[in-house]
Amino acid sequence: MSSPGGDAAVPCVRARGLGHVFGDGTVALDGIDLEIEHGAFVALLGPSGCGKSTLLRLISGLETVSRGSLAVECAHARAGEGVSTGIGFVFQDAHLLPWRTVLENVALPLELCDVPREQAEQRALKCIADVELGDAARRFPDELSGGMRMRVSIARALVTEPPLLLLDEPFAALDELTRQRLDERLRDLWKRRKTTVLFVTHSLSEAVFLAERAIVMSRRPGRIVLDRPIDLPFERAGGIRTDVAFARQTAVLYEALERYDSPENAPV
Amino acid sequence: MKRSNDMTRPKTRPYSLVGPPVATFVVIVMAWELAVRVLDIPRFLVPPPSAVLSALINDLATLAGSTMTTARGALFGFFLSSIIGTCSGLVLSLSKTLERGLYPYALFLQTVPIVAVAPLLVLWFGPGLRAVAVSAFIVSVFPVIANTLSGLRGVDPRLKDLFRLYGASRIDTLFRLDLPFALPSIATGLRVASGLAVIGAIVGEFVAGFSEGRAGLGITVLAAYRQLRTDLLFAAVILASLLGLALFVAVNTASALVLRRFRAPV
Repeated sequence: MSSPGGDAAVPCVRARGLGHVFGDGTVALDGIDLEIEHGAFVALLGPSGCGKSTLLRLISGLETVSRGSLAVECAHARAGEGVSTGIGFVFQDAHLLPWRTVLENVALPLELCDVPREQAEQRALKCIADVELGDAARRFPDELSGGMRMRVSIARALVTEPPLLLLDEPFAALDELTRQRLDERLRDLWKRRKTTVLFVTHSLSEAVFLAERAIVMSRRPGRIVLDRPIDLPFERAGGIRTDVAFARQTAVLYEALERYDSPENAPV
Repeated sequence: MKRSNDMTRPKTRPYSLVGPPVATFVVIVMAWELAVRVLDIPRFLVPPPSAVLSALINDLATLAGSTMTTARGALFGFFLSSIIGTCSGLVLSLSKTLERGLYPYALFLQTVPIVAVAPLLVLWFGPGLRAVAVSAFIVSVFPVIANTLSGLRGVDPRLKDLFRLYGASRIDTLFRLDLPFALPSIATGLRVASGLAVIGAIVGEFVAGFSEGRAGLGITVLAAYRQLRTDLLFAAVILASLLGLALFVAVNTASALVLRRFRAPV
C-alpha cells in the first residue's frame, strides 16, 4: 500500500507508555503502546468510558499527553495544498454550522487555512460528490437526514486531504441499515484515498467490516488488551456480514471485550 | 364521510390570535368605565377610559412631542447598550479571569437604584438628552452583557475543537463561529433591553428635566400629577407603554430577520 503523507518506514502514529490524567486526577489511559502504519484502517473498541475518545483527542493534539510519548508523523505531513493540518476529525454527531450550506460547511477547513475561495469550492464539491451528496451541495443542514449530515461531516474531514482520519463513533446515532450503507461508502473512500484511519466504534460487526486491524481496550484506565488483524478479504461487499469467517472474527472481538469488561479482569 | 384538509392539518386563523386579547381589552375598559361611573370615583383618583381618550385627543400635539423626546433618549440609550453591552460581553468571554474580575461590576449596573443615581447623572452630563440617554443605558445594558456572555460561552465545544484543529485564528473563530452561534442569545438580550431603555429614559427625565428644551413623557407625567390631571397622566403612561412595545417589536422584527438568515430559532 502506498504511504501518502509520510515515510513508510516511520509509523503514522507511535505511542510508548502513553497515559492521560484528567484535571480531577482520574487516570483515563495508562501504558498504551501502539503503532499505526501509514494507510492502515484500524478499529478501536472498548467499554464506554475506557478512553477511546481521549486517545483520539491526544492523537489529534486536542489534549496534551500526561505520561509517556506520542509521535504523530501524519500531523507533520503535508495535507492538501495550502493546508497546514494533517488530521481530519469526525465526531459522534455531525456538528455542522447550521447557517452554512453543505458546500460552505465542507469548504470551511480550507477557508480557515486561507485557500482561495474558488479553489476551496472546487475541492469541497469533489468531496461532496465522493460522499454522494452532489445534489445537496446548496442545501442547509436542517434540510438533511441524520445520515446525510454525517456524510457532510466526513466530506468536511476529507476536504483537506489529511493523511490521518480520526472518527469517533460517527454512525452510532444512525439506524442499522443507514449505518451499514455508510460503512460501505467509508471503506470505498478509504480504498480510493489510502488515508490512515483510526475508527472508534462500539459495534463489533462495524469494526470487522471496516477495519484491517482491531484494537480492544480494557475498562478505565484504558489499556490495550487485544491487537489483531481482521482476517477477511480486502474486497468486502455488504454480503460478507453473513459469512462464517465474519462471524468468527466478530466472536474473537466479543470474547476479548467481555473478558475485560469487568474491573476485576482488568489487566494489571 | 368526506374529510377536508383542514381537519387533518389544523390552521391558526388570524382572529383566534387577535380575538382573545382584543376581547379582554374591551371587557376591562367597559368594566373600568362602568365602575368609575357607578361608584362615582373622583376623576383625579381614577379617570374613566373615556376621559383618558379625550386627553389623548385634546393633548395629542403635546403628547406626541413628549413621546418623540422620550423615544430619542430611549433610542440613544438602547443604542449605547447594544454596542457597549455586546462588546463588553465579548471582552468578558475572552478569559475566565477577566470574567471573574469584571462581571461583578457589570452586575452592579443591574442592581444600582437608578432613581438614586439619576441626580449624579445630571451633575456629570448636564440636564437633558445626555443624562436621559445615560440613564436608559444604565438600566438596559446588563441584559445585553449577560446574554452575550452566555451565548458566547454556549458555543458547541466540538466545533471549537474543529476550529482549533484547523488552526483558526481568534478573529476567524470569533466571526465564523462564536458570534453567529451567540446570535439568538444576543437577540434575547436586546429584546429585554429595548423595554428597559424606555423605563430608564422616563426615570432619567424625572430628574434630568427637559431634554433639548422639550418635555419628555416623564416630565409630562410629573406635570399632570402636580395639576391632578390624572387623565393626562394615564394617557402619558399608555404612550410610554406603547413606546416600549414599539421598540420591542422593532428589535424583535430586526432580530428575527437576522436569526432567519443564520437559520437560528426565532
